[in-house]
Amino acid sequence: MTLLEFENLRVSLGDRPILRNVTLSVAAGEAVGLVGESGSGKSMTVRSVVRLLPEGAAVTGAVRFEGADIASLGAAGLRRMRSRDVAMVFQDPRAVVNPVRTVGDFLTEVLRDQGVNRADALRKAAGSLSEVGVDDASRRLAQRPYELSGGLLQRVVIAAALLTEPKLILADEPTTALDVTTQEEVVAILDEQRRRRSVALMFITHDLELAAAVCDRIAVMYAGEIVEILPADRLHTEARHPYTRALLGSRPGTVPPGQRLRTVPGVPQSALTAPPGCVFADRCPHAEDRCRDTRPAFRGSAACHLLEEVR
Amino acid sequence: MIGFVLRKLAGVVATVAVASLVIFGALYLAPGDPASLLAGGQQPSPEALAEIRERYHLDDPFPVRYRHWLTGLLSGDPGASMVWKEPVTALIGARIGTTMLLVAYASLVILTVGVTAGVVAAVGGRKVDQALTVITTVLMAAPAFVAAILLIWVFATTLSWFPVYGSGSGFVDRIHHLTLPALALSGGYLAYVSRITRTEVRAELASDHVAAARARGLPRWTVLRRHVLRNAAPPVVAVSGVTVAGLFAATAVAEQAFGVSGLGSLLVQSAARQDLVVVQALSLLLVTVFVVVNMLVDVLNAVLDPRLVREGVA
Ligand SMILES: Nc1ncnc2c1ncn2[C@@H]1O[C@H](COP(=O)(O)OP(=O)(O)OP(=O)(O)O)[C@@H](O)[C@H]1O
Ligand SMILES: [Mg+2]
Repeated sequence: MTLLEFENLRVSLGDRPILRNVTLSVAAGEAVGLVGESGSGKSMTVRSVVRLLPEGAAVTGAVRFEGADIASLGAAGLRRMRSRDVAMVFQDPRAVVNPVRTVGDFLTEVLRDQGVNRADALRKAAGSLSEVGVDDASRRLAQRPYELSGGLLQRVVIAAALLTEPKLILADEPTTALDVTTQEEVVAILDEQRRRRSVALMFITHDLELAAAVCDRIAVMYAGEIVEILPADRLHTEARHPYTRALLGSRPGTVPPGQRLRTVPGVPQSALTAPPGCVFADRCPHAEDRCRDTRPAFRGSAACHLLEEVR
Repeated sequence: MIGFVLRKLAGVVATVAVASLVIFGALYLAPGDPASLLAGGQQPSPEALAEIRERYHLDDPFPVRYRHWLTGLLSGDPGASMVWKEPVTALIGARIGTTMLLVAYASLVILTVGVTAGVVAAVGGRKVDQALTVITTVLMAAPAFVAAILLIWVFATTLSWFPVYGSGSGFVDRIHHLTLPALALSGGYLAYVSRITRTEVRAELASDHVAAARARGLPRWTVLRRHVLRNAAPPVVAVSGVTVAGLFAATAVAEQAFGVSGLGSLLVQSAARQDLVVVQALSLLLVTVFVVVNMLVDVLNAVLDPRLVREGVA
C-alpha cells in the first residue's frame, strides 16, 4: 500500500530550480534511502513532505500522503500531519533540540499539545527513552541538551520521533554530526525501532553502504532529479545509471589500501546549472550527442538514454 | 548555582570597593585645598577651615581618611552637606522615593513597550517592521532633553494634560507628575531594547530548533512562546538590566528638565555647587545600585539559561 507519493514534484526558489522532477513512492513500512552528492536536493525532497521549504519556494506537481495532496491541507491539517503522522530526525541534534529547555520538555511537548496530561506524557517519554537504549530515563528527562553527548541526544530525538507513533520517519543524515563509533549504534536503533513498529522511513545519507544496509530501496539523486531507483540488495549488481556507478566506484574500500580514491570526475551540477539534456551528461564518460540534447525519461529503474548500451 | 551567586556577590563587593576608592580619591586629585572644596566653594573663615580639617581628618594620611569616610558610610552616616546644611542621609532620603518611582515607571514603559515593539517588528511582516524601524531610529536620535522639551510643549503647554513642573504628592498625583519625565527618559532606551529584541527574536525564528519545533506540528503560538521568546529572553533581559541600572544616573536630565526633586537633580545641583560630600555619597550609591541590579540580572539570566552557570561567563 502506498503511503507517500511524489509525482513530478518541482520546487523552485525565484527562477532557480531546486527540484526538477521528482517521482517516487514509499509504501507503508518501507524504508527508502536517498543518496546523492551535496546540493542534489535530498533535504528539499524530504522537507517538502511536511511543507518545510524555504520561504518563497514555488511548488508544482504533487506530494500525496495516504492519497491526499499535502498542498491542499489547511493549517490545522498540516499541523495534525506533522504532529501525528510524520516525524523528522535531523542531522545535528544539538541544533534542533531547544538548548535552554529540558529533555523532558522536548519529549513531551507534542503529547502535551495533543492533550495528554503531564504525568502520562512523562511516563511515555521515559518508556520511549528506554526503548532507544537511554538508561536512567528519569534523570535524563530533567537534564538539558548540553549535559548529553551528541549520540545520546540523537537517541532522544529518535525517541521523540517514535513517541507520537508516526507512520513515516524522515531522517536527514541522522548520523553525519556524530562521531564514527556512535554513528552505527544510532542507525541500528533507528532501524530496529522502525522495523519493529513497521514505520516507513526516508533515509538520507551520503553513505551508499549504510543506505543499502538500512533500506529496502535506494533512490539516487542528482541535480534535483532522481536518476535511478534500485532495490537495496541489488545496488551493486544492478546499478545501471552511470552516475550511480560512479558513486559506487568512488567509495573508500573499492580501491586497495594505499591507492588513490577514485572520485566522480567533474564538478557536481546543481539544478540551476543543469543542461537541457541529461543532467549528468557533462560528467558522464559515456555521453553521446542525444544525452546533451534531450532529457532522458525514466525507463524501468533509471533515467538514462544508454541503459542498454552501458553494461 | 549557589557558587555562581556567591561569585557574583564577591564581584559586587569588589567593584563597589574599587569604586569607593576612586570616588573618594578623586577629591584629593582635584586641584586646590580639600578643606575649601569641602566647604562648598564658599569663602570660609580660617576657623571654619580649621573645623573642616578637624571634622574630615584632613591632616591624617589618606588611608586613615578613607577609613573614616568608609566607616561613616557603612554605619549609615556619610556626613552633612556644607551647602544645604543638612545630613546627606536626609537629603537622599527625601528624594530617593521619587527617583525610584521615576525609574520604575520608566523601566515599565521601556520593557513593556520596547519588548512588545521588538517582537511585533520581528514577526509582523515587512511593513510593520519598516514602520517600527523609522520610529525607533527617531527615538534613538532624539536626546532626552529634546524629548522633554517636545513633551512639555505638546502635553503640558498645548494640551495641558500633564503638569509642567514638580514631583507631586500622593501616589496618583506623583504618577501624574512623573509621566512626562518617565516618557522623556524612556525614548532612547525603549528604542534600543526594541531593536535588540527584534534582532534576537529574528535570530531565534531562523534557528534550526524553531524549524524543528514547527516540523513537529506545534501551534504557532506555542512555538513563538516556548521556543522563540523563551530563547530570545536572556540577551534581552541582559540588555534591559543594564538599561534599568543605568536609569538611576540618567534621571538627572529628566528630573532637571521637569523640576522633579530626585536624586538625579540633587546630583546635578550638588556637582554645580561643588558639594563634594553629597557628590561622593551619591556617586557611590549610584554605582552600588548599578552593580547590584546587574548582579540580579545575571542571576536571573542564569536561571533562564543554565549554560551560563556552567561556563561561568559574564
Ligand atoms: N534555505 C535555502 N534557500 C535557498 N536555497 C537553498 C536553501 N536550502 C537549500 N537550498 C538549495 O537547494 C538545493 C538543494 O539543497 P538540499 O539541501 O536539498 O541538498 P542536499 O542534497 O540535502 O545536500 P546536502 O547533502 O549537502 O545536505 C541546493 O542547491 C541548495 O543550495
Ligand atoms: Mg541535506
